[in-house]
Amino acid sequence: MTHQPLDPEPRAPVSRTLKLALKYGFILFWSAFVVFPFLWALTTSFKDANGVTNGATWLPWLQYQPSTQGWASLFGGPGGTNIVRPYLNSIWVTLGASVVSITLGTLAAYGLSRFTFRFLFFRNADITFFFISQRIMPPIVLAIPFFLMLRALGLLDSLAGLILVYVALLMPIAVWVMVDFFNSIPRGLDEMAWMDGCDPITTFFRVILPNAVPGLVVAGMFCVIFGWNDFFFAFTLTFTQTQLLPVSIVALNSSVTPWWALSASALVSIAPLVLLAFVVERFLSKGGLAGAVR
Amino acid sequence: MYRQKYLFLTPGLIALVAIILFPLLFTIRVSFSGWDVYNPGLSWKGGQNFSRLMADSRYWAALGRLSVMAVGTVLIQYVLGFALALLVWRDVIARRFFRVLFLVPMMTTPVIMSVIWRTIFHESLGPLNPIIRGLGLPGVPWLSDPVWAFVAVMLVEIWQWTPFMFLLLLAGLLSLPSEPYLAARIDGAGPVRTFFSVTFPGLAAISVGAIVIRLIEASKILDTVYVMTSGGPGESTETASYYIYIRGLRDFQIGYSAALSIIYLVIMIVALTIIAKLLVRFLVRPAP
Repeated sequence: MTHQPLDPEPRAPVSRTLKLALKYGFILFWSAFVVFPFLWALTTSFKDANGVTNGATWLPWLQYQPSTQGWASLFGGPGGTNIVRPYLNSIWVTLGASVVSITLGTLAAYGLSRFTFRFLFFRNADITFFFISQRIMPPIVLAIPFFLMLRALGLLDSLAGLILVYVALLMPIAVWVMVDFFNSIPRGLDEMAWMDGCDPITTFFRVILPNAVPGLVVAGMFCVIFGWNDFFFAFTLTFTQTQLLPVSIVALNSSVTPWWALSASALVSIAPLVLLAFVVERFLSKGGLAGAVR
Repeated sequence: MYRQKYLFLTPGLIALVAIILFPLLFTIRVSFSGWDVYNPGLSWKGGQNFSRLMADSRYWAALGRLSVMAVGTVLIQYVLGFALALLVWRDVIARRFFRVLFLVPMMTTPVIMSVIWRTIFHESLGPLNPIIRGLGLPGVPWLSDPVWAFVAVMLVEIWQWTPFMFLLLLAGLLSLPSEPYLAARIDGAGPVRTFFSVTFPGLAAISVGAIVIRLIEASKILDTVYVMTSGGPGESTETASYYIYIRGLRDFQIGYSAALSIIYLVIMIVALTIIAKLLVRFLVRPAP
């Protein structure tokens, strides 16, 4: 939904110029703040030990002699750590947990949006709240029971164990987005399908799901962001067999940190989600998010 | 045919109950035990962990610090996020470029960015102090001074999560109807009046939602602290989560840390409920 362009209020030219300067000044200041750590990581990733200990420099060749040591260390060079395996692990866990969460979450959300449930004194609103309220749970509260539970199941330090745990973290997000989204799809659509003789399950898959793609994309984005970016559970529930990306990068962070390896691997691991910002913006500017956040 | 409705709800519900509710009940049981390195297992200690907790000033200090950090960062994020959303809402050059750019930090892994920020805050080799000195100010002992370390953690949180506020508020702005703006113009309302009588009320509900979600997430702060300061110097940046982490997973006082985390959870639920209710009452006007 876009706005009719409204003519700006007629103003004295001086205050208009001042306002524009303030506006773009702040936009540029914030842009610099946002970009600052990325540029720093980028320039640091091309330094070697000498380049780092000579103090904060930005320009290769002019201020320091560039080296590709940091980028080579992504595949296990000196001082670095091979992040290919952790990278693949992170992809598997994020995608696996997101797919399971969205599948279960979407089904539950549709049920909650269209039918009336009653378990003892719990009604629809309570059940929806139960799902969403799981986000309040601080990870630290669950860390020890998760540890013992996965050990009992023999899933400690495994991809499957992490996926199981992440489903609990991500499903509330999927339910939250999808309940709102289904509520915005008119019920008449379901009723028409029922009158044509479809049972609820056929109705859901044939009629409703195709209309729910924008909601699914938003839910999927949030699941991927929170799954890919989690550190705490990956840190407490795995040791050596199944390292995820954030854990292996934080492992580089010590008193004698190889800044070049750290910077290069940090940039590589945040890159895929930074690309997601373009997708989010597309949705935002086309108004696709408005329904999802309301 | 309506029996099929359970096929939708139950798989997700059972999964969540199995993965979260049992661990939570287990934690409650553990909080009454003396489980530690020497005596692993579910012994019964009654309320001893809880009476120890009441007298644990380090715990209450960590909770107080967390409240200051969470409320402080979330308010700053809200103001900045709102300002940024208004700035790139309508007439601005390269609107979509800036929108993408402003969203980027929330896509990055907090713990990985914290590692980068730690190098930025480095007193002698980091790039921040040279910039500050370039402005004619003295260099700042970022991570070795209790107050500055706290500021540094807050700065990183603000960098990371202002985009979330920005995202929700911009989505809200873009979904506002345009008629009230026309009406405001016809009535001759200036930009400030228009903001307070049209824009802000239109975004009140989203504002409350965004602030509450951010407070929930901020109440869990742990990653950033773990990487940047390890709670230090001293205990100056130790949050509740981090203190529980030290007691439970470093000192292996499993029973005691379970008691700490149950009380932490209860306090968070109560505090967040009260804050949410107050925000709704003061910001969201009842429908006429």
